[in-house]
Amino acid sequence: MATRTFRVWRGDKDGGKFVEYTVETQPGMVVLDGIHRIQAEHAGDLAVRWNCKAGKCGSCSMEINGKPRLSCMTRLNTFEPGETITVQPLKTFPLIKDLVTDVSWNYEQNKRIPPLKPRPREADGNHRMMQEDVDRVQEFRKCIECFLCQDVCHVLRDHGKHDQFVGPRFMIRLAQLEMHPLDTEDRIPKIRKEFGSGWCNITRCCTEVCPEHIGITDNGIIPIKERVVDRYYDPIAWFFKKVFGGSKT
Amino acid sequence: MAGPDVSELQTFEHDVLVIGAGGAGLRAAIACAAQGKNTGLVCKSLLGKAHTVMAEGGMAAAMGNVDARDNWKVHFRDTMRGGKFLNNWRMAELHAKEAPERVRELEEWGAVFDRTKTGLISQRNFGGHRYPRLAHVGDRTGLELIRTLQDHGVHQGIHVHMECTILDLLKDGDRVVGAVGYWRETGRFVLFKAKAVVLATGGAGKAWRVTSNSWEYSGDGLAMAYLAGAELMDLEFTQFHPTGMVWPPSVRGTLVTEGVRGDGGILKNKEGKRFMFGYIPERFAPETADSEEEANRWLKGDKSARRPPELLTRDVVARAINAEVKAGRGSEHGGVYLDIASRLPAELIKKKLPSMYHQFKELAEVDITTDPMEVGPTLHYFMGGIRVDADSQMTTVPGLFAAGECAAGLHGANRLGGNSLSDLIVFGKRAGDGACEYADKNGAGQVDNEQVLSIIRRATEILNRESGANPFVVQEKLQEMMSHNVGIIRVKHELETAVEKLQELKKEAATAKAHATSQYNAGWHTALDLRNLLISSEAVARAALMREESRGAHTRDDFPGERDEWLKYNIFIKRGQDGEMVVEKRERAPGPQGLVEIAYSKIEDLESGKVGAEVK
Repeated sequence: MATRTFRVWRGDKDGGKFVEYTVETQPGMVVLDGIHRIQAEHAGDLAVRWNCKAGKCGSCSMEINGKPRLSCMTRLNTFEPGETITVQPLKTFPLIKDLVTDVSWNYEQNKRIPPLKPRPREADGNHRMMQEDVDRVQEFRKCIECFLCQDVCHVLRDHGKHDQFVGPRFMIRLAQLEMHPLDTEDRIPKIRKEFGSGWCNITRCCTEVCPEHIGITDNGIIPIKERVVDRYYDPIAWFFKKVFGGSKT
Repeated sequence: MAGPDVSELQTFEHDVLVIGAGGAGLRAAIACAAQGKNTGLVCKSLLGKAHTVMAEGGMAAAMGNVDARDNWKVHFRDTMRGGKFLNNWRMAELHAKEAPERVRELEEWGAVFDRTKTGLISQRNFGGHRYPRLAHVGDRTGLELIRTLQDHGVHQGIHVHMECTILDLLKDGDRVVGAVGYWRETGRFVLFKAKAVVLATGGAGKAWRVTSNSWEYSGDGLAMAYLAGAELMDLEFTQFHPTGMVWPPSVRGTLVTEGVRGDGGILKNKEGKRFMFGYIPERFAPETADSEEEANRWLKGDKSARRPPELLTRDVVARAINAEVKAGRGSEHGGVYLDIASRLPAELIKKKLPSMYHQFKELAEVDITTDPMEVGPTLHYFMGGIRVDADSQMTTVPGLFAAGECAAGLHGANRLGGNSLSDLIVFGKRAGDGACEYADKNGAGQVDNEQVLSIIRRATEILNRESGANPFVVQEKLQEMMSHNVGIIRVKHELETAVEKLQELKKEAATAKAHATSQYNAGWHTALDLRNLLISSEAVARAALMREESRGAHTRDDFPGERDEWLKYNIFIKRGQDGEMVVEKRERAPGPQGLVEIAYSKIEDLESGKVGAEVK
């Protein structure tokens, strides 16, 4: 039976250290399976978040050999045989214990975002939207809120601007609402002033780590930044578009 | 850790406390908030991570957007036939009638379903549904549902208590008045006082080794309701979804959506034979294709063709796969092959089934656009659960409500795919409304401090023990035992063995010990879950032993086939006066005549108006 050694960060906000554990492996195992074996055999109090174990809920985010990943979707055979796998918690959020961080800040950001304000239904009680008009919105709605993009965002990770920028996850939530065919709300002023669209300097790190392969930067953040620019730096063009080009820019 | 003084416990007071924040819990909380109630919503995980997120195929609602022949009566008939006529008549009626409006409401709250060519909500085919009926978003409909309710819910003033596990309910005389729980983050205890409580805690699939369920599915609501004196029913009906992943071992059981078959996927054995044509039950023969040629015509939209046999109800398909494997015609790793690669162009597969494409690519290193998937049955869903009133969703305990998978009645002996998500939103709302009405009429009750302390003592004992059983090992033993003795095919002596072994496991679980730290202590959480898993497992085993026939998802090797006399009964489970589990069969009330006629009608008679025209 093959084995694998994991170097797992153990500790809380007051400090901690890496601890090595070795467990038996089976074909097809992922990093989260290894952590579960450690819990069952060596450390019943090892803290880790997880739920669906199929890449759909976004709970088991951590940094694996330095890269933000979903541990349930990271197969052991993607590492060299015999290579020790280092797992540690997301750096951008305050540590609670071991591999679990306090991500409540993200939930606070979501509450600040003005929700969908749909136009009235049509006479037959239905809304009509064409598929090609919702493809982009659906791309953004694939987000599983794993917060890997938030973890890797320089504005949050390196500069700690949590009070000024909502981060990529909520930029695409905003983009999704702004591009929603039924929506009648205008969030552009808030996107600029309160949600901090200007902070993103388009390094695309968020897009790289997205397990849902959402084009966060190119499809979401850049178009939203353009809308802000149109509004604030070319107000005449914006006015004409608003008057002659439909209700939303 | 000693039990704290109750007056010093962190305490929340709510009009309505909702336990569980999947689709049903969120929808119930939204209903309460809409009535201006102070609403608490407790979830074991972070908000938006509940098991609803795993639902893939869609939510069933007879909107008739794709096939105008669809209406609530056909949906009702499909649901009753799928449930082998053991469903609660009123719940099946309410569900079929109210699902379309509940789906449209989601759209108002931000859900973006796939569209038809004319811009309406598109609907897809699914097992047991006569017409394309499932509103969907690719194969991630559950995510869409939970995120929509979450994003809407956070603006409604609901108090969300995340990463909090409820240990037990509190009673004042007969009625429920609150609950005690603990924060997973700190291990600290918390008291919730409430005028009414809604359980939306899902099933107990984690008692089986091969399951599509996550760790949260430990039967908390079933066990807490049972211990609070509520009746459970229909527990023998546990659905094995026909298509779970079978390889690699670490993902065995993970769901493969029925949408693969809805979009044309076919099942083959190792000889390459499309075997489902050999397993068509008599009842469904008139509405099922009997040749590949006819099945293919149906897929292309020929309305005169009948449905392919891969889209028979889940119980039928799961048993067929089981039989093929047993006969030695299984795949390399003990399943059968599910082939979509030869049926659709690669790009369309990626478009229609993106999660499945990634799931197989990343977890099994299989490209489903070129190779078949290996699949086999996986424990997926509890049709049975807490007995509720059809209209209000109140349990047999005053002030206690239940909705979603933890409640019983809608699905009878077998649930149709797609009827779960619609169940959540229809009966989640009803449970919320029911709880509000109860809270208005009855006000607050008295919390008994001794009950609070005894709940806390039970939880802390696990940490204070000097030595004891490893909770992970006990859980693994339970899973092995249930998979072996209470599996897809059941027989008397194995069920009896299960009941015996459960008594031993209960003793062992009672000595479980966890590390004496209470912060995110997985061992402690597992030890606490064991009680709930064991009560749920015992209820399933005892009910399965009593039902001496094969109906829907309950298959007895020693009693093959449906037996008419058993159609008269539901099996109820209740806690006896001495704490023993009491199991009894009770005669069902006859259904309303109009609904009975619809359920048993020939489809031509229903659609021509010869039957059921007067039912509104």
